[in-house]
Amino acid sequence: MSNYRLSVPERVARATPFLVRLIIQHPMETGFRLDAAGAAITKNLISEIVCRLDGAEVLRMELSSGITANPLFEFYAVADKNCELVVEWQDDSGVHASARANVQVAD
Amino acid sequence: MSVRRKWPAVIAALMAMTANAEPIRILDEIKSGREFQSREVQAQQADDFANPGMLWVERGAALWKTVDGEAGKSCASCHSAATTSMRGVAARYPAFDADGKRVLDLEARILQCRSRHQRAPAWRHESEELLAITAYVAQQSHGLPLKVAIDGGARTTFEAGQRLYTSRIGQLNLACSHCHDRQWGKKLLADTVSQGQSNGYPTYRLEWQTLGSLQRRIRACFYGVRAELPAFGADDIIALELYLAWRGEGLAIEAPAVRK
Repeated sequence: MSNYRLSVPERVARATPFLVRLIIQHPMETGFRLDAAGAAITKNLISEIVCRLDGAEVLRMELSSGITANPLFEFYAVADKNCELVVEWQDDSGVHASARANVQVAD
Repeated sequence: MSVRRKWPAVIAALMAMTANAEPIRILDEIKSGREFQSREVQAQQADDFANPGMLWVERGAALWKTVDGEAGKSCASCHSAATTSMRGVAARYPAFDADGKRVLDLEARILQCRSRHQRAPAWRHESEELLAITAYVAQQSHGLPLKVAIDGGARTTFEAGQRLYTSRIGQLNLACSHCHDRQWGKKLLADTVSQGQSNGYPTYRLEWQTLGSLQRRIRACFYGVRAELPAFGADDIIALELYLAWRGEGLAIEAPAVRK
């Protein structure tokens, strides 16, 4: 089960950057660690996060090791009309998940 | 003659007084573990979105309404909305359970409810589910002062906890009180020794990279002084949890807290 939280402001101003916040529960396992029995723990990182606003890609992140478990991401986006913000991500274990939020532009 | 006759009664009265006397509080001031954290960690805890513990709280909110077990019930089937029914509950745990005649911490109470009323299989300690539901229930008491009962059936467990807290254990031959009553506020490597208060649990520890229970944290201290680790749910741990809660009486519940 993918556990995450996504937040955008209730209302955003037209053509003005607004803050998007995303936190994903994920081990971000580096692949460098050994378990108690000495066996390597398989690498499992969120490898890619893509954010689309009204279908158009506005952000793409390629992640690597050195990022904490359960990472928090903050970035800005700009909307000029009411639309849907979709964030999609995938990890090395094959999990593919997405989160959605409605962006309401105040007039 | 009459004075002599009264002696047994006087002794009995004195013994009764000692047995129910308020135990001595060693700390002059009590401080939440939050006060020993950096400003950044405090900010992470205070921000309901950035606080990773809220991931478990939200999962717990979903579990609260999920039907499970042979009885076909969810937590909400009996307790309705946790926002009202669970408000203040975590602040008075661990508590004596008259049915089982033993002290239960919040996790044990939830597991008992789960087996007795939901007739659902137990969740293991530190499982995602048990942490999530505990975090959700504990968060309903956010800001309320810790206040546990140590009288009646809880008394012997409390006294066992108090004894253990002040007993030297492990290869380092240290008692809890050596660090957390006498040395708090001083540096231990890169950390500041805290008072070992329990008001933030379950807590998200950056070191663990996950949410964890008070039992896990207490076991870590046993490991730290190189003592034999008590099992999860062991009487010794429950007794310490009760003593800690009494010792931190009045501190506001912070669950889910964030600690380094």
